[in-house]
Amino acid sequence: MKPAAFEYIQAASVEEAIQALADHPQAKILAGGQSLVPLMNFRLNRPGMLVDVNNIDDLATIAVKDAGLAIGSLVRHQRLVEDALIGDRLPILAQAASHIGHWAIRNRGTIGGSLAHADPAAELVALMIALNGTLVVRSHRGVRRLTADEFFLGYFTTALEPTEIIVQCEIPAPTGRMGFSEVVRRPGDFALAGAIVAQSGAAGWVTWFGLGSRPERFSVSHWGQDDGERHAMLGELATRMMLAEDEEYKRDIAVNAAMRAYRQIKEGK
Amino acid sequence: MPTEEARTAIELNVNGITHRLDVSPRWSLADVLRHQLGLTGTHVGCEQGVCGACTVWLDGLPVRSCLMFGVQAQGHQVTTVEGITPSTGLSPLQTAFQEHHALQCGFCTPGMLLTAQALLDRNPKAEEGEIRAALSGNLCRCTGYQFIVDAVLAARDAGRDA
Repeated sequence: MKPAAFEYIQAASVEEAIQALADHPQAKILAGGQSLVPLMNFRLNRPGMLVDVNNIDDLATIAVKDAGLAIGSLVRHQRLVEDALIGDRLPILAQAASHIGHWAIRNRGTIGGSLAHADPAAELVALMIALNGTLVVRSHRGVRRLTADEFFLGYFTTALEPTEIIVQCEIPAPTGRMGFSEVVRRPGDFALAGAIVAQSGAAGWVTWFGLGSRPERFSVSHWGQDDGERHAMLGELATRMMLAEDEEYKRDIAVNAAMRAYRQIKEGK
Repeated sequence: MPTEEARTAIELNVNGITHRLDVSPRWSLADVLRHQLGLTGTHVGCEQGVCGACTVWLDGLPVRSCLMFGVQAQGHQVTTVEGITPSTGLSPLQTAFQEHHALQCGFCTPGMLLTAQALLDRNPKAEEGEIRAALSGNLCRCTGYQFIVDAVLAARDAGRDA
């Protein structure tokens, strides 16, 4: 189908974008458009105005910040996959991004757009929760900094106000070693379930995504001596996730994804 | 309220030629290419980014032209299947598609060609797994994909020999 008519503004700066959002309550930000435009084509979403931020170069930066990285919201997924600084400092981010959609989708989709959309199966949402990243959002009223836990509220729901735009994602460097695995019917599809795990000494954590209303992170006090112990421990942890009845089968998938992710760490990838 | 009649004047560079057009912001890049410029090699399938039939290059990289609005392509170089086709005859990749029966109905073919050509341009030694991964974003309901992969492998090897 074709989208309903809308007014279109190209913002040349963040200031212009937030002014447009303040002036036009019906406006939405258009970043990569890989989730918003399908929704508009289905007419599930009919924004009266789109504020296109694709030409704001200030939002497309990647920089070292403290022990982690500060990533502009307009950085596209394929750049997350290929960027040398990310490969060096935060390879788990490149690995997670490589699982997003297909090449043509990754060439357009942006980190800020994915986080604002907040699909519970989105790899980048999971990574932000896993590493407890911070989202920097701006509006005409000023700047807010929200942790991933504060930002992601549930199914496609965030703490972002209609007048706010995500400008930056701050992702601290992980402590310990990490693994990533997701189970999909076909490469590029949304994950049935996935896991990001970390191991530091005997302990660590697991973050599950693709099931429930948003990714959730659980502490692991002991990864166990062998696969059997580990599987039992993860199975126990997985019972703590609130799932809809028709998602119950995903608990096993989540446990197996976490087992695979942990194996990546052990095998040094 | 915006109306469908509201138009925006844009300059659109497609296949090296700059066009001046009046477009409605809601028109997808795919529809602008087809209906304003008559470049009907860009096919419109699912209009939700899944099928890949509408794949074009934006500054040399494959993107879905159904998930971009025509107004957004201003200031960029758009390349369609017409742009990677010689004025006479076929490109080596197109020839390989013909020789390997890599198409039947042809609906997915422009998207397949643009995706595969972009891959080979970037990675002339792409392995079969990489070719399959790149093409996984383009759906074909006729061939079962094997002949398409065969064609891309053949074009790759021909390019290597050249």
